Amino acid sequence: MKAVYINSVGSISSQKTFDNSSFLDDIISYEDHIILAVDPNYKDYISPANSRRMGKGIKMGVVASKIALNEANLDTVDAIITGTGMGCLRDSKKFLSAIIDNDEQFLTPTSFIQSTHNTVGGQIALGLQCKGYNFTYVHASISFESAVLDAKLMLENNEANTILVGGVDEIEDYTCSLHKLVNHIKKEKVSSTDLLHSKTEGAVFSEGANFFVLSNLKQDSSYAQIVAISTYNTLNTNITDVANTFLKENNLNIEAIDLLVLGNNGDIAHDSFYNELSSGIFENTQQVYYKHLCGEFNTASSFGMWLASKILKTQKLPEAVKLNTVQVSNYKTILLYNQYRGENHSFTLLRRC
Amino acid sequence: MDDLKQELKENIVEQLNLEDIAVEDIDDNDMLFGDGLGLDSIDALELIVMLDKNYGIKLTDPKEGRAIFESIDVMAKYIFENRTK
Repeated sequence: MKAVYINSVGSISSQKTFDNSSFLDDIISYEDHIILAVDPNYKDYISPANSRRMGKGIKMGVVASKIALNEANLDTVDAIITGTGMGCLRDSKKFLSAIIDNDEQFLTPTSFIQSTHNTVGGQIALGLQCKGYNFTYVHASISFESAVLDAKLMLENNEANTILVGGVDEIEDYTCSLHKLVNHIKKEKVSSTDLLHSKTEGAVFSEGANFFVLSNLKQDSSYAQIVAISTYNTLNTNITDVANTFLKENNLNIEAIDLLVLGNNGDIAHDSFYNELSSGIFENTQQVYYKHLCGEFNTASSFGMWLASKILKTQKLPEAVKLNTVQVSNYKTILLYNQYRGENHSFTLLRRC
Repeated sequence: MDDLKQELKENIVEQLNLEDIAVEDIDDNDMLFGDGLGLDSIDALELIVMLDKNYGIKLTDPKEGRAIFESIDVMAKYIFENRTK
């Protein structure tokens, strides 16, 4: 069985992460309940003729994938695997609104074509003329992890050598208004730095795209090795037991983890899963969080993988992500944990390579 | 007729989201497809819907569009002669 490496990254988020030469050097602080991704100049990557029908999610996905491919010095890949929780929401809303507004007549094709969940993967493939395996996972908040798991299995079994894997989701106003109604989005505006002290229900919603070239061929420039990834839709036991079992399956103990990357989003109703780990078995482990920087969305954990990859490669830990005061001088093994509203838990284990 | 041509140009730029083309850039006799504005088959479907919605013209045979959508000039003449609203 072959090892799987992260050979390059590409990120578009509510921080200025699309430039791979920097690593959270300038943090953008927000005070809001919905934050948008920082747009790169899309015209630098996509011609106006090609971009005119693309919604924001598609543009973010296409550009993040191009950044990752450029960094890996690749023109194409063997497969493209995308994760998205909600797909191309803006075009879905446009198409559905047109159905209602026009009494089910005069339906135009563009927003329909662009509204499907697999549009991002399809547009990336069209741009690359990649006719290989192309799959989109729509598994709520483990969509990205499902994509990574699929790619990992393919690479380990040598069914492919290079796979573009990413997570992408976009903000859409009407959907956000529904999430506000049911308190999934915080009612009050919250400052980025105070997110974990907000003591209210809901999260700060956002959007973004994080893509990675995964390969079973290690390069000098590789970021990390993906050692293991596991997802759990619901838990039959507490998260501590699940974490212990995950580590045991990978022949590791708590002390072997140099850094714990947590997906806390400030939701007082559901951050208890993270708190159980951070103040429990990982109390003496250095911890970081990231959703105060990138917000919450179904594939926000892809930002977590981007963060962990950068830390492993640069061996630098931005001050803004520190969750506790434990200090580590050498990052070799990083464990990522994420869940959303008490469901779709995931553990991902990365190792320096 | 000039007002109709201007309206068509504005609708085409807006509805087809021609990001890099301004209304002033479109000449009345420019080819809309191919070497002209570079519109494609999806745009043709959008234009068919636009004719129906805005001018009450139903094109039952999409092949008709090939001649009607040749240029703004040709399109405007066809709409002027066939519009029901």
